[in-house]
Amino acid sequence: MNLKYWKIALIIAACAFVNSAAQADGSGDPAVASSDNGKYVDKNGNPTYNIHPDGTVDWYTFSGFRRYHSDCHVCHGPNGEGSSYAPALAQSLKTLSYADFVDVVTNGRKHVDSANDKVMPSFATNVNVMCYVDDIYVYLRARANNAIPGGRPPSHEDKSEAAKTAETSCTGVK
Amino acid sequence: MKKSLCITTSVVAFLAFQNLPARADSALETLAKDSKQWVMQAGDDANTRYSKLNQINANNVNKLQVSWTFSTGVLRGHEGAPLVIGDVMYVHTPFPNTVYALDLNNEGKILWKYEPRQDPNVIPIMCCDTVNRGVAYADGKVFLHQADTTLVALDAKTGKVVWSKMDGEAGKGQSGTDAPFVFGDKVLVGVSGGEFGVRGWVSAYNIKDGSLAWHGYSEGPDSDTLIDPQKTTSLGKPVGENSSTSTWEGDQWKIGGGATWGWYSYDPELNLVYYGSGNPSTWNPVQRPGDNRWSMSIWARDLDTGKVKWIYQMTPHDEWDYDGVNEMILTDQTIEGKPRKLLTHFDRNGFGYTLDRASGELLVAEKYDPVVNWATKVDMDKSSKTYGRPLVVDQYSTQHNGEDSNSKGICPAALGTKDEQPAAYSPETQLFYVPTNHVCMDYEPYKVAYTAGQAYVGAAVAMYPPKGDSNMGNFIAWDNKAGKIVWSNKEQFSAWGGALATAGGVVFYGTLEGYLKAIDAKTGKELYKFKTPSGIIGNVMTYEHGGKQYIAVLSGVGGWAGIGLAAGLLQPENAAAWHGAVDQGKLPTADKTVDTAGLGAVGGYAGLADYTSLGGTLTVFALPSQ
Repeated sequence: MNLKYWKIALIIAACAFVNSAAQADGSGDPAVASSDNGKYVDKNGNPTYNIHPDGTVDWYTFSGFRRYHSDCHVCHGPNGEGSSYAPALAQSLKTLSYADFVDVVTNGRKHVDSANDKVMPSFATNVNVMCYVDDIYVYLRARANNAIPGGRPPSHEDKSEAAKTAETSCTGVK
Repeated sequence: MKKSLCITTSVVAFLAFQNLPARADSALETLAKDSKQWVMQAGDDANTRYSKLNQINANNVNKLQVSWTFSTGVLRGHEGAPLVIGDVMYVHTPFPNTVYALDLNNEGKILWKYEPRQDPNVIPIMCCDTVNRGVAYADGKVFLHQADTTLVALDAKTGKVVWSKMDGEAGKGQSGTDAPFVFGDKVLVGVSGGEFGVRGWVSAYNIKDGSLAWHGYSEGPDSDTLIDPQKTTSLGKPVGENSSTSTWEGDQWKIGGGATWGWYSYDPELNLVYYGSGNPSTWNPVQRPGDNRWSMSIWARDLDTGKVKWIYQMTPHDEWDYDGVNEMILTDQTIEGKPRKLLTHFDRNGFGYTLDRASGELLVAEKYDPVVNWATKVDMDKSSKTYGRPLVVDQYSTQHNGEDSNSKGICPAALGTKDEQPAAYSPETQLFYVPTNHVCMDYEPYKVAYTAGQAYVGAAVAMYPPKGDSNMGNFIAWDNKAGKIVWSNKEQFSAWGGALATAGGVVFYGTLEGYLKAIDAKTGKELYKFKTPSGIIGNVMTYEHGGKQYIAVLSGVGGWAGIGLAAGLLQPENAAAWHGAVDQGKLPTADKTVDTAGLGAVGGYAGLADYTSLGGTLTVFALPSQ
């Protein structure tokens, strides 16, 4: 009798765990909690994506697609799907948090031993990446949560004035 | 002496001199004539990748078997091929660039192993995997071009370092991937880093002691490029003053690209080295107005001095990353009844060029994949103002469409109709055997800022097969006189391994799934295939030992193919289907639907990852023993 109750309790607990896990990626629940000038954040303040029912994406997701496919895809493959020598970030972000993502992009990562020679450079001095790190994160977060398929998003929200100003002041490129 | 006699004597002497070769065969050139050995990466100076061996032929190749194998101990993209000098095989690897000397008399026992110590920080500046295209041999020394740009000469018997020179600086985005090339008494290396704003060059070192003989840049003042405004010609005309710097804005030529990581060939009679230069930096053409010379060019340099005899820019003001570095195959053939010294080159930009290698005259420029669409043709009218230039189609011009505008459906994709994977030539069929890519792209340039040692790209790229096609590669036979495809075999993936042609009437190449294939040199019919442990991006070679002919190829998927094809390329998707994937079938509202008519069916595309995984193996094939 007792064993049966334990089993049921375990199953309920397991279901609850599975359900909560399905809503979260490495930064937690990606649902939009608030927005400011077309930039969306989740309830923990991490940048997140906003996809309209008709497939229109927010500006940062779209921008992240472009920046990713310029500076990241040469190692990490198209659409965050990996290559023969760099991980699929569409998978990595299921468990990698925003803070850790920014840390790796900024500082690089080395995994060199007898079986590996994986080295990711530090992008800290590369304004073409660092000024768009949130964009790239948001795009990959959407991919990790299967919120968008691979390929170029066909339509997007407008680029806000705030985004334009931030870009110019960060990159120094007018 | 009477004046007339003096003049006659000198005229006779002059004429006699014209018929003499510039020098006697070097020791290496003599060795290269022994078809039992494979003493240089391309088989010979002319880069034909043709072997006179014929024990394996079109009738018996279907009986080919694996004879022996060797694991390289490294798991990254394996480009290039082993060399066989006498009874020793030299095998190289991707980073860390280990070199093995294997004893063919003793079942491949390792005679020595050279394992350079390199800073792993060079790895991330290698845009397209940590490949290495092989070693060179001459004068009892094995030459290795390391990822960190060191050129090292090893004693071929012991593997000990004889001399070592650091050719570039990894901290500035420079790396080494090309094989070294020995011509005459010099060993030449180029540099990689076109995606890092590296201004490309070729260095020539004396093989005896590693002293630098000359250093010629791809862009800059004539003193850097070794161009003579009056003596260096392009399409028959002197290039004039400042032929490079006048085609760049301000100082941009200093981070101009023009990397030199491809295959070099050499004509000992003309004493000219032939090679191509890569893309200008950045990938955003709007940021670098001008023709950007001399990126994307075919160069003919004097071996002794580096001075440029002639030059031809194939893709002026590149807008697509069509590096010009592919091999320059030298042949002597008859065109319109006259024997000509030819140079044939299959460029990334989709055009197969045939030139006179003595004068640089352009004879043929035709598309070697019918889907090539960024240009209608190369202008062959000598009286035209655009003679020798490609006629660019506005729709596919990323410059014309502008920054922050996505240019769609450009063929070929940035990885070109052919990348570094080298073609082969058979003097018996007079056909070229070319492994090709069949991929198109969207390309969207935007402004970028330059930081030394950091990527300087400036374009978002998405690649996919051409509309209506599911194959991403073709293996073709090409007639370089007519500029025509003679036959074409589809390949599911880009044909990324280098070809070998043999007197046995067989052509060999490797596929990205890992197949070593043998086909009939006349018809293209597949005669044999075997799946090696991993995808092939290496080049097939052949040698003979103990009276038996062997075929060898490195397996180990990677390179740019390993990036673009690992997870699968998507067919260009139409908006409704994209929306459908997002909104689970709810129809898009009419005013938001983007018109993407004609883009083709939706769907994921079979990924290379479904067929192969990482590896590092040498597989050697032979006919069964009698």
